[in-house]
Amino acid sequence: MSDQSYEPSMVLATKTFDVVGTRPVRHDGADKVTGRAIYGADVTLPGLIHGAVLRSPHAHARIKSIDTSKAEAHPQVRAVVTSADIADAGDKTVDLGEGLTRLAFIRNNVLARAKVLYRGHAVAAVAAASVHDALEALNLIEVEYEPLPPVLTAPEAMKEGASLLHDDLTTTELGKPTDKLSNVASHFRHEKGDIEKGFADADLILEKEFDTSTVHQGYIEPHNTTALWNNDGRIQIWTSTQGPFTIRDTTAAILEKPVSQVRVTPTEIGGGFGGKIPVYIDPVAALLSKKSGHPVKIVMSRADVLEGTGPTPGSHIKVKMGVKNDGTMVAAQASLAYEAGAFPGAMVIPASMCVFAAYDIPNVMIDGYDVVVNKPSTAAYRAPGATNAAFATENIVSAMAEKLGVDPLDLRLNNASKKGTRRADGPKFPRIGCVEVLEAMKSHPHYSAPLEGPNRGRGVAIGFWFNAGLPSACNIAVNADGSITLVEGSPDIGGTRTSIAMQAAEVLGLPIENVSPSVVDTDSVGYTAVTGGSRVTFATGLAAIRAARDVRDQMIKRAARIWGVDADTVEFEKGVFISRNGTENRMTFAELAPQLAATGGPIVGRAGVNPPGVGGSFAGNIVDVEIDPETGKVTILRFTAFQDAGKAIHPSYVEGQMQGGSAQGIGWALNEEYFMNPDGKMMNSSLLDYRMPTSLDLPMIDTCIIEVANPGHPFGARGVGEANIIPPPAALAHAIHNAVDIDMRRLPMNPVAVMEAIWQKNGVTD
Amino acid sequence: MPRKVQVQTKLNGEQVEFLCEPRQSLLEVLRDELGLTGTKEGCNDGNCGACTVMFDGRIVTSCLVLAVEAEGKEITTVEGIAAGNELHPIQQCFLEGAALQCGVCTPGILVAAKALLDQDSNPSEEKIRFWLANNLCRCTGYDKIVRSVQAAAEKMQEAR
Amino acid sequence: MQWFEYARPESVDEAVRLLSEHGEKARVLAGGTDVLVQLRGGFRSADWVVDIKEIPELNGIAWDDSSGLTIGAAVPCYRVYENEDVKKHYPGLVDVASLIGGTQIQGRASLGGNLCNAAPSADAVPAMIALEASGRVVGPDGARTIAVEDFCIAPGKNVLKPGELLVSLHFPAPKPHSGAHYIRFIPRNEMDIAVAGAGVSVVLDNGNFASARVALASVAPTPLFVKEAGEALAGQPVNDESIQRAAEIAKQAAKPIDDMRGTKRYRKHLCEVLTRRALHIAVERARGNN
Repeated sequence: MSDQSYEPSMVLATKTFDVVGTRPVRHDGADKVTGRAIYGADVTLPGLIHGAVLRSPHAHARIKSIDTSKAEAHPQVRAVVTSADIADAGDKTVDLGEGLTRLAFIRNNVLARAKVLYRGHAVAAVAAASVHDALEALNLIEVEYEPLPPVLTAPEAMKEGASLLHDDLTTTELGKPTDKLSNVASHFRHEKGDIEKGFADADLILEKEFDTSTVHQGYIEPHNTTALWNNDGRIQIWTSTQGPFTIRDTTAAILEKPVSQVRVTPTEIGGGFGGKIPVYIDPVAALLSKKSGHPVKIVMSRADVLEGTGPTPGSHIKVKMGVKNDGTMVAAQASLAYEAGAFPGAMVIPASMCVFAAYDIPNVMIDGYDVVVNKPSTAAYRAPGATNAAFATENIVSAMAEKLGVDPLDLRLNNASKKGTRRADGPKFPRIGCVEVLEAMKSHPHYSAPLEGPNRGRGVAIGFWFNAGLPSACNIAVNADGSITLVEGSPDIGGTRTSIAMQAAEVLGLPIENVSPSVVDTDSVGYTAVTGGSRVTFATGLAAIRAARDVRDQMIKRAARIWGVDADTVEFEKGVFISRNGTENRMTFAELAPQLAATGGPIVGRAGVNPPGVGGSFAGNIVDVEIDPETGKVTILRFTAFQDAGKAIHPSYVEGQMQGGSAQGIGWALNEEYFMNPDGKMMNSSLLDYRMPTSLDLPMIDTCIIEVANPGHPFGARGVGEANIIPPPAALAHAIHNAVDIDMRRLPMNPVAVMEAIWQKNGVTD
Repeated sequence: MPRKVQVQTKLNGEQVEFLCEPRQSLLEVLRDELGLTGTKEGCNDGNCGACTVMFDGRIVTSCLVLAVEAEGKEITTVEGIAAGNELHPIQQCFLEGAALQCGVCTPGILVAAKALLDQDSNPSEEKIRFWLANNLCRCTGYDKIVRSVQAAAEKMQEAR
Repeated sequence: MQWFEYARPESVDEAVRLLSEHGEKARVLAGGTDVLVQLRGGFRSADWVVDIKEIPELNGIAWDDSSGLTIGAAVPCYRVYENEDVKKHYPGLVDVASLIGGTQIQGRASLGGNLCNAAPSADAVPAMIALEASGRVVGPDGARTIAVEDFCIAPGKNVLKPGELLVSLHFPAPKPHSGAHYIRFIPRNEMDIAVAGAGVSVVLDNGNFASARVALASVAPTPLFVKEAGEALAGQPVNDESIQRAAEIAKQAAKPIDDMRGTKRYRKHLCEVLTRRALHIAVERARGNN
């Protein structure tokens, strides 16, 4: 199945470092392999009681009344809350680190007000002595609903006369508000050049429509929270989250508290992938705590996770591209209609930034539609929006290559975006690695390996994710034994506390064992935006680098003072302070450290960043498949993932991100989807029928890390967490096409779908 | 008030006793009554494997075992894998091989992998993947997990 | 989950007494991999859960070459596929015991439980039908034997009367030149419920089929014994044409529905594919079996 002699490979690593680029064991490793690590569901406090949430059985309904009296009378129930316990959000907006959003969307998602907009929408909650009691008590809450017709797809929701989810949602049309009541929250457009002229210049035009199903991030740890509303009015929350500051700010806004009265401690997190950025149960648990006088823990069931938290948008996408016979792309047009779920905010803007980003095309038009439907309010899922878009674009690009009779990687190379290429949404690319990724794919042994046998095919695809910067803070304290403690606020989903520590260690010339990193609560470190957007190694890493430099600069001054020389004559090289004024003064970091307290006090370095200089990342796949033509089952024979990491701070973690994103992309491509019945009920809300890949469904995932240094980071790092999920569905579609000559336009490409496409191609009708 | 049941069992090599309701799963009792929170809940219906423990010599999903069934049995959880202060080779190899990212599936996978290596000292890649198919991991794509199990097998063979 | 009482009888009589006393309010617990999920999800209810794993007759495996194989109703799958006699004489059972769920599920789930749960998709049932298995049932009115193909009467409903307990499953000794195989189709490679499944057994006689049995999973309200398919093979030469004809008969007999695991058309198609493939493998096994 895989090449037994595989060694992970790296291309274009141009600079070597002492710590950066090595593979130390993570600092939280012992805790994680012994079961000691505390995840949110493991938290316990004296007097802890348990909460449970009542969720709507209807996809769309008006709430006529809620009677909680029987639940309140249950002997084990300590508190009940409904939407009546939270203030209306009115027109307030909040900034959760990625732009302004209406607080009402979040607050009304946390507990439904007036209407329920999806099956699973939270309606009320109880807290009781035990989880079993709380679940029993939920059955005693009587809610009277007036069911309304649901709309379940973007095209359905966009039709004239469609059932409307909100009575105050009007379309923002090309940036301008309108009076049109609609399920389309916004329609925006990006334009570059002259699209009509572009298509007129084309020798070959291809145009297709695609559909992708709703899929969930599928983190193994369900959402959980423990909240204590203390007697002094301060709220403490321990929660599984990618963004403790987001939880703090949103919870404070919903509960009308100043943020100084709310402290959020991020527990170890069992996966997020974007799905643990939104707020769901923290304000509810806090209110239950206030009403009961106890700390309250809520842990979601798996069904609640699938039905009550944000999956990623399903979408309907049209792509049209024009190319000249010599292989030059001249025009590209896309229409991206994305399902936002119950509230506006589908990740269609990021999709529009990525859909054609890999290619330098002079004439582009992209129309994006943010459409509400009666499904859970969508959340980010690893490069949100881009995977759907690439499924469309890469299909057309590969089809163009086939029609022109050129190699699919060559066609991409001939049009690849480079430094200076302008994206249709505006920005010009700085130094990027699109060409290098494609060249690495072309020269990789996988690309030229023979693939023989019937029903076998090879596919390729690439994708782009812009990555984020956003604010991060970091403090570093010097210990008397020459070690440092480093404090940061980015929940560690994949080893980042170590890759951040490695960057500080590199600056200070310390071995990684001498750095003790911690992820801390919102009272203990400066504002830090979410762990997401592939930003942590880049931005929090940069904060650590600057905090380390701050330490270094303070210690230089301290050495100078000890030596009685000018600080500008003291240098720091490979962990040693050297006085360069003709004297022989030298002192190692470990020699200076114990002298700090007595010579002016402890040294603490700090930094707060919101960095520009973000480096986008390109990713690519080569995949070989074999199709069983009698069942439509797709077996992956070989898979190689390519990605530009800029500089792999910890290569094992970069490989891990590439492999994990690939696995998710494969699940998205081949099996995962929300089966909705016409009433808007998810029929497969369990991990039995929401089918994520098992260890038996995947081969080894070979990786090739390309390093085109990002000029915006001292070590050249680019974010790597996300771009890797983008190519797999497109690469698999290409491979399936080459194996059995069918054109899959819908995700997932499950066995039934592949079989039906084969039948259609063969004209089988029975 | 309905009565709880008293259960005596051997857990990670030690005799323990607890009270539980018949409806409580072994997973619930391990975590909530016995304070062993290493075993995780991911789905509560046997489909993710995060709650895997050794039960009477076999790996099982403890969410589908009633705590009362533990009477007289032998149970090993992730907390019982290390030998005192020394990590077991499977734990060490997982750390060196970066076979975990978020780590929440790791306890279940460690228990399952150790059970495999205790009965098959040199499993093939296919065998490892088949054995672990009841343990979902969403972060790693399983590649480094499989390689780390292979590395642990080698390490354990050298130690013999 | 609702509160229930738990009992662990140590004899068949004690179990029957408990089940008779509590009737519809009692549920039997073997591996628990179906019943606990159902109790938790509110699909079934119970005031009493009767754990039968301490009863000797429900937990043994016995083989002798004249009377065949007896497997206690509560024996977990892993003991079935690790048993030397089963491996040697009933590879068709090893097939199914090693594909239900995954390793952990196989540490608990039992063939008896799979049968009594009576899901249309139950993998063990077609395999057992193909092997002419029967269930020994003991109740307040005495004991009876029920052919496995008569055991499931509707989705989730079996033929047991209140107070009755499935004690063991019996498989006749395999005839010379016989072979059996169970194969199912699932979208992943493990852990899924069968979209369709085919359990077959054949007895060969000098280049012909002496007899054959074909049963299907997931294509009818209960596992489906397609008598006509086996009868169509009897006396026919062992070749692709006969096998194809039997596979077509199986396809015709299937009455699947559209649901989230598959469409009617796809499932009927799979019946033909899986029956054909299973028959080929059963024939291979029969030829290797003297």
